Amino acid sequence: MNVSLFLTQFMNGIGAGVIYASLALALVLIFRTTGLLNFAQGEMALFSTYVTWWLWDGGVPILPAILLSVSLSFVGGAVIERVVIRPVESSSPLIVVIVTLGMFLALNALTQVIFGTDAKQLASVFPQRVFDVGGVRLTAQTIGLVAVLVLECVLLWLIFQRTKAGLALRAVAANPTSSRLVGINVGRMLMLGWALAAALGALAGSLVVPATEALTASSMQAILVFAFAGAALGGFDSPLGAVVGGLVVGVANSLTIEYLEPLRDVELLVPFGIILGVLLVRPAGLFGTQRVERV
Amino acid sequence: MTLLEVRDLRGGYGPVRVLQGLTFTVDDGEIVVLLGANGAGKTTTLRALSGLIGAQGSVRYDGVDLLGRRAEAVARRGIGHVPEGRGTMAELTVEENLRVGAYLRRDRDVASDLERWYTLFPRLKERRDQPAGTLSGGEQQMLAIARALMGRPRLLLLDEPSMGLAPIITQGLFRTLADLNADLGVAMLVVEQNAMLALGIARRAYVLETGRIVTSGPAAELREDERVRKAYLGM
Amino acid sequence: MSARRALPAAGIGIALLVLLAWLPQYYGSTQTALFARALAFAVAALGLNLLTGYNGQVSIGHGAFFGFGAYTTAILMKDHDWAFLATLPVVAVGGLAVGAAVGFPALRVKGLYLALVTLGLAALFPDLVTRFVRGTGGTTLVQIPKVTSPSWATRFAPADDQWRYYLVLAVAVVMLLVAWNLVRGRFGRALIAVREHEAAAATVGIDLARVKVSAFAISAAFAAVAGSLLTLTTGLANADRVGTFQLSIDFLVIIVIGGIGTVVGPVVGAWLFVFLEDWTKQVFPDTPLLSPAIFGIALILFVYVLPDGIVGGARRLLARLRRPAAPTPPTAPGTRPAVRT
Ligand SMILES: Nc1ncnc2c1ncn2[C@@H]1O[C@H](COP(=O)(O)OP(=O)(O)OP(=O)(O)O)[C@@H](O)[C@H]1O
Ligand SMILES: [Mg+2]
Repeated sequence: MNVSLFLTQFMNGIGAGVIYASLALALVLIFRTTGLLNFAQGEMALFSTYVTWWLWDGGVPILPAILLSVSLSFVGGAVIERVVIRPVESSSPLIVVIVTLGMFLALNALTQVIFGTDAKQLASVFPQRVFDVGGVRLTAQTIGLVAVLVLECVLLWLIFQRTKAGLALRAVAANPTSSRLVGINVGRMLMLGWALAAALGALAGSLVVPATEALTASSMQAILVFAFAGAALGGFDSPLGAVVGGLVVGVANSLTIEYLEPLRDVELLVPFGIILGVLLVRPAGLFGTQRVERV
Repeated sequence: MTLLEVRDLRGGYGPVRVLQGLTFTVDDGEIVVLLGANGAGKTTTLRALSGLIGAQGSVRYDGVDLLGRRAEAVARRGIGHVPEGRGTMAELTVEENLRVGAYLRRDRDVASDLERWYTLFPRLKERRDQPAGTLSGGEQQMLAIARALMGRPRLLLLDEPSMGLAPIITQGLFRTLADLNADLGVAMLVVEQNAMLALGIARRAYVLETGRIVTSGPAAELREDERVRKAYLGM
Repeated sequence: MSARRALPAAGIGIALLVLLAWLPQYYGSTQTALFARALAFAVAALGLNLLTGYNGQVSIGHGAFFGFGAYTTAILMKDHDWAFLATLPVVAVGGLAVGAAVGFPALRVKGLYLALVTLGLAALFPDLVTRFVRGTGGTTLVQIPKVTSPSWATRFAPADDQWRYYLVLAVAVVMLLVAWNLVRGRFGRALIAVREHEAAAATVGIDLARVKVSAFAISAAFAAVAGSLLTLTTGLANADRVGTFQLSIDFLVIIVIGGIGTVVGPVVGAWLFVFLEDWTKQVFPDTPLLSPAIFGIALILFVYVLPDGIVGGARRLLARLRRPAAPTPPTAPGTRPAVRT
């Protein structure tokens, strides 16, 4: 076996997995705070990415454009939780599916109504360079994405472990009633959870698009399936699981495509297989707690 | 001085009316016991007081109207609630549970309060970095009480604090509650199945039957009351 | 249903059928194609409603079953010269089998997780098509030989599209009657009992696994037949990721608008859906995506405002008009806030 080809593919998988991990993190944040699977997560990220493009296209340099879009998404996520999700909180799965798919449909279509249906080009924050490390091809994009993911994890860890708001967020996830009794405004924490998730999605979307090809309204749909596979594999209530799961899914997919010729065209077979397999065999995933049955 | 004044409290769950008009008071620094059979509405009363469920009537606390306020606003007024079944935040560590209890505080004495309750409940200190869900039932009860105390409440609502505790532990717990009351002046409204012990530390007591107060008086008198002895003391 | 109500109902049904049969006589081919599309969508939505509305299993993968039917018919007709109607039994049986295959995992994977798995299925299906179907010019597009009006039918269906419409209508009516019978009978009661309370249903002797897997199988078969019907109308089968996913959501939109858990809801919803979609395209030709945007928002609004859909709402209105004193609250399945445990 060609080791450097393997390693190159492995690193490509990591590069893709980093994006899945970011979006999976967003899914996990929402699952932990509001207990639901957000089927609109990909389209929320899509809309944010178009906002980034719009800013950049209007003359804002790419880095400030991304930061601005992430901030706007933070606010947008909070608003969505308050306006759309709150009224159906703790409803049946059917209602959750209807509402999040309604958001999926509306956001996807509105993106195209507002920004147009043509494919967009977006600048990359990372230089277009390829490094050759002992025969292994490493793009600056992959390295940059990994760095961003590490930064995200550190930031989230600090928020959750070292701030009062983070402690309150975890308290709400663990026991909403007790949280209210100690004076935590649960509604505000749910908004915070969605806000963080939306911001993460905006970042993931704005960084991934230059890596693939152009930005179109369907850019996020496959990525969402991969992200769900990552979140399922890691466990829907485990942030650590989301990161590990996302990376594993990315690598597994990259290697499958390289080494299993017949599966090459069936792009989503690996994530679908992972989702189905994990939910059948071990619904809590690798790192989740075993009470996931509640939905 | 009257700290909590409840008048004609009515409420329940949706169409189910549980509270049929309760009137009672708790004075500053006083321990009051609420007795009643299973399903009488004791837990519902405490939930209505702390804003977890809506209710009608009037609840005045320290000069302000509490009814209609949300639970987090009630907590901000200095009312601690140890819920039925302890309300442990299972995935958080013991210490994190306690810190959550101090969520509303802005002062810098949180650390010294932590130490204080650790001294009172050494078992919690031993398990401070353990997920709270792994504690035994009795330890979780201690945690729930300590968490409420971390908020420095002026009034503590306790819903069956002895549930699941060994008799000897229960006795210790009630002695602790009496001490806390004496040392800090925390007023307490205690719902308790172990009527004997609860009446032992309380000044006054109310008896609740199907959503109504049927008897009330000084704790010492109710201990001697024929009906109370029969129904709640098993004599 | 009592005889007193059955008679007018049958009368209305026959009147509607006459109206539907008359439509292509009056309208041109563009409209007729739309009518056929609405009927095909209605059949798919009927199937989804059996599963999601009556049995409480949420699927957002019915676009895949629909596509399965479309391709089966298209390939049998194009590569093997089958007649359209001959493909239907194969599609139905195949749909049952594929549906059962998904239904078995669904015994373990429930609620939102089932929704996720079916979403994955909808996303995966176009990939499978790309891998296994060799359509026109290497694409996934499969065109069928044109279905023409037979000579004996030229009196009432001189144009081919009229004939195709009547085929679609006939199949749709059969499927509606099948759905009706299923829902009215023992199986329907079992579906609902399982939706309301699985444990309770099991204690009265309902075989949970059988009911749930059957519901999935039957539901998938409906969607597959609907796929065949649309292929007959449009003359081709096609699948891409966006389209299949979109279809799955469209079916959900239809049953939510029409009325979840009612037999006629999906039919009403399908007509509304198809014609609103067409209407926005006519009126706002520059924004082709206006209708999905509207439907997305409508999906959310209906949950808040009219959770039992147009049919459910109309029924409540009628009941209130008859007996003004007793307003019935909205009770669509699954809209009662379920207590999270
Ligand atoms: N969430 C709820 N929804 C509907 N009814 C409830 C709910 N919680 C309690 N009830 C009803 O309200 C009544 C009073 O319940 P409550 O919990 O206040 O009783 P309690 O006095 O605390 O009893 P116990 O000693 O058993 O704890 C009961 O009849 C109970 O069935
Ligand atoms: Mg109680």
